[in-house]
Amino acid sequence: MSTLAHVFEAAGLATIVLGSNLSVVERMHPPRVLHCEFPLGRPLGKPGDAAFQRDVLERGFALLDETEPVLVHHPETIESDETPMACSLPPRYNPDLPAAVDEAQGLRAAYDRAVDKRGATSVGRVISADQVPEALGVLDQWANGAAWKDTPLPDPNPIAVCHDIRTYYEEAGLELADGPPPAGRAAEAWFHEETEAGKTLMAARAALKEADAPFPMWFYMAPGHR
Amino acid sequence: MSGDTAMREVGNSMPVPEFETTAFTPLAKPLSESTVAIVTSAALHRHGEDGFTVGDTGFKDIERADRNLVLGHWSPNFDRSGFQLDLNVVYPIDRLEELAADGVIGQVAETHYAFAGNQPDTVSELRLDTGPNCAAKLLAAGVDVVVLTPV
Repeated sequence: MSTLAHVFEAAGLATIVLGSNLSVVERMHPPRVLHCEFPLGRPLGKPGDAAFQRDVLERGFALLDETEPVLVHHPETIESDETPMACSLPPRYNPDLPAAVDEAQGLRAAYDRAVDKRGATSVGRVISADQVPEALGVLDQWANGAAWKDTPLPDPNPIAVCHDIRTYYEEAGLELADGPPPAGRAAEAWFHEETEAGKTLMAARAALKEADAPFPMWFYMAPGHR
Repeated sequence: MSGDTAMREVGNSMPVPEFETTAFTPLAKPLSESTVAIVTSAALHRHGEDGFTVGDTGFKDIERADRNLVLGHWSPNFDRSGFQLDLNVVYPIDRLEELAADGVIGQVAETHYAFAGNQPDTVSELRLDTGPNCAAKLLAAGVDVVVLTPV
């Protein structure tokens, strides 16, 4: 964003950067920065809070009154909270299936409701929602010792497959979760720590690492701090 | 260590592109008469259309009425649930519409743009190719102010 701010200003546009990383904007010196210490992925701070979002924008627009480059800090800090969001999971239905596969099938109705509500889904980078159980079945095999080269995923890019699995779960889970919007990373924590799919993914990731698979292949299957 | 702390520490230690000077374009007219656009690095694109590829330094247009948007960023290292709940937390298009209706800004641009947050070390594509290309489109559409949102 800071690079584009420099380019756009040089072309004759006035810009406002909502900066999420203070060190980066301090070193790159874009012309007008409102530094917002909010959860990464939420540059306007609070989903579902129109007044808060509008306030962020108005603080940004106020920087247009300045006559030279300026960096201002938003007065509120919002921390992520990696306590898993509260969300029911479907009971075991078919004990003959790997637990993650059974679970994914059980979440399909909630996922479909979420897609109907939004009219869009971020699942589909490389696999469809229909292929999520199949992909989890392969990860389950990897986790239990199958050679990844001999047991392919529905798409050869495990990072993208894992994106689609996690997104399927988060979209379904948000449809099932009660209460106020979960904090930043609470859905991520729920997926990786509470669901059979997340546990299977992490076990498969560990197995790939143990098998000396290429670092980018397994590392980016999950957030780096995990 | 939390995920956000870890990612911010990565950002702290990463080299960043150097700019010898800071270009600065004052707003030449009141905000209430200005046209405002959003440009985001969230790799947004319309549902059902091709997304961004790994390392993609290009950009995609988002029409003013589009709400069927997909968060196409490749990184697993940020929260995605906020966008799923309310796209305005990444792409505050409804807030711009309200600010225009209230006369705070002049107009909402008809077209907005998404990049994918990919920035090779030299950032030469963004500086010399796709960035100026996007700026030219914004200027041709009469945009005065750009709000830049990351993820």
